[in-house]
Amino acid sequence: MNAPASFAESKLPLLLGVLFVIGLIAPFAVYPTFLMKILCYALFACAFNLLLGFVGLLSFGHAAFLGTAGYVCGMMVRDVGVTPEVGILAGTVAAGLLGWLFGSLAIKRTGIYFAMITLALAQMVFFLAIQIKQTGGEDGLQGVPRGHLFGLLDLSDNIAMYYLVFAIFCFGFFIIYRTIHSPFGQILKAIRENEPRAISLGYDVAKFKLIAFIISAALAGMAGATKTLVFQLASLSDVHWHASGEVVLMTLLGGLGTILGPIVGAATIVALQTQLADSVGSWVTVIMGVIFVICVLSFRRGIVGELQALIKRSGVN
Amino acid sequence: MEIFGISTALLGSQLLVGLINGSFYAILSLGLAIIFGLLNIINFCHGAQYMMGAFVAWIALTRFGISYWVALIAAPLIVGLVGVLIERLMLRRLYKLDHLYGLLLTFGLALIFEGIFRDQFGISGESYEVPELLSGGVNLGFMFLPIYRGWVIIASLTVCFGTWYMIERTKLGAYLRAGTENSAMVQALGINVPLLITFTYGYGVALAAFAGVLAAPIFQVNPLMGSNLIIVVFAVVVIGGMGSIMGSILTGLGLGLIEGLTRVIYPEASSVVVFVIMVIVLLLRPAGLFGKS
Repeated sequence: MNAPASFAESKLPLLLGVLFVIGLIAPFAVYPTFLMKILCYALFACAFNLLLGFVGLLSFGHAAFLGTAGYVCGMMVRDVGVTPEVGILAGTVAAGLLGWLFGSLAIKRTGIYFAMITLALAQMVFFLAIQIKQTGGEDGLQGVPRGHLFGLLDLSDNIAMYYLVFAIFCFGFFIIYRTIHSPFGQILKAIRENEPRAISLGYDVAKFKLIAFIISAALAGMAGATKTLVFQLASLSDVHWHASGEVVLMTLLGGLGTILGPIVGAATIVALQTQLADSVGSWVTVIMGVIFVICVLSFRRGIVGELQALIKRSGVN
Repeated sequence: MEIFGISTALLGSQLLVGLINGSFYAILSLGLAIIFGLLNIINFCHGAQYMMGAFVAWIALTRFGISYWVALIAAPLIVGLVGVLIERLMLRRLYKLDHLYGLLLTFGLALIFEGIFRDQFGISGESYEVPELLSGGVNLGFMFLPIYRGWVIIASLTVCFGTWYMIERTKLGAYLRAGTENSAMVQALGINVPLLITFTYGYGVALAAFAGVLAAPIFQVNPLMGSNLIIVVFAVVVIGGMGSIMGSILTGLGLGLIEGLTRVIYPEASSVVVFVIMVIVLLLRPAGLFGKS
């Protein structure tokens, strides 16, 4: 990680290029809805990883941003009748504002308390979502139309929708990539490694944490709003704490604090859930729990982290 | 009889419900605080262990005809033993790492427990009959008090204050407090700290299971009963701060009462009032009411 010219870092642009090309041709080989689901969760996990992997803050309430943005986007598109890009923008902004609110409260504490506060705040959003009429309660917002992008391009076509989702994902990923590789990102890492030292160097740590939190929340919201359009549904399960736990698992399994880890983790978990849903039914939760336990006990670097370590050990440079 | 246009019977019964919820908050946050004190982890599967306590009692009664009174002792022991195994086999490997890994591990365990019970028993919930000795109720004049509910409050308060006494006034408690301050030093003085840690985790888990057995006749015995409760308890813990045993007990009871009161005045807000109080406390006193910053 710390050697700037390590294999993983120097070959990263190449690897990203290859992944980009794969992303472009993938919908012709794999069912597009499945791919879109992966991309939405991958963006969600990348946004979450920005906070946990690079600032060291474990948010256990990221479902609040995913779900709220989904509801806002769904309401705007279905009930107000705006075009999809405006709906996604509205969802993203709403999640960013919520992130600003939650972030300013949660960063008053660190570590375990930070996790509990974000979880509790997200649970409050869940209760509100059940109670207020606009979210449709248990039914959620159904029949959200995908509409026409910029009023022109019909998104009811799955391939067109896929490229929109892919573009949104790339945009979100680019923002995260730039954030991490900027001086701002270096300060975030400094806070993660040694917070008192960052304070003594004169950095306003609270402000940096808050900005990172807002970026993370807004991007999680962008994923949620996009997901609502893909599935034409905004539901209660997206604000439930299970969704918050899922994104932690995706990040952990893929590789905490790695750029590509959350994508790999999200793809693995979504594929696994899709596969398992047919064969084992309600045991999915148990299997997710088992993966969680295994990851924590003996696979803490995650898939990408292990691969990086493997490459480093074998001496390729 | 009415106070501010609210009938005393309604007020009384909602405050009673609040006090009962408060006793559960108190036992659960007490367990979390004890575990956190020595192990430095937040036991995310506390809610699942509470649920398991209720299910062990229910299975014991319906499958084996074992009475409530036996279950009240046996269920915490069984679930506590499971806790001891978890500590010995898994948590022990994580003490040298970031404390967040303990949270993640117990979260995974909570998913496993909940998933297994949901697969076995569904989510509709099972009812558990109030034991004969405690059925019926008494008329207090201004309200009707079901005896079992009175018993729940008495039993949980006894356990809470018993635990407080054990920690603050006995030799074992002194070891425990010393271990919380500086476990390496306590170990150097010849006290078996790993055993103390195992015992502490087992005891905290047993407390959760005890609350589960108490809850079984009041609420539906349901695989999800714990996860709904535990997040509120997390908010309670943030409000109280985990620094003080008595603090967790009082915060738990107080918040239960406030929740009950809210249900009378403005029912729609009752599910979020604890979270709102958490926000206010974070703004005014971030370390929590009884916390040391």
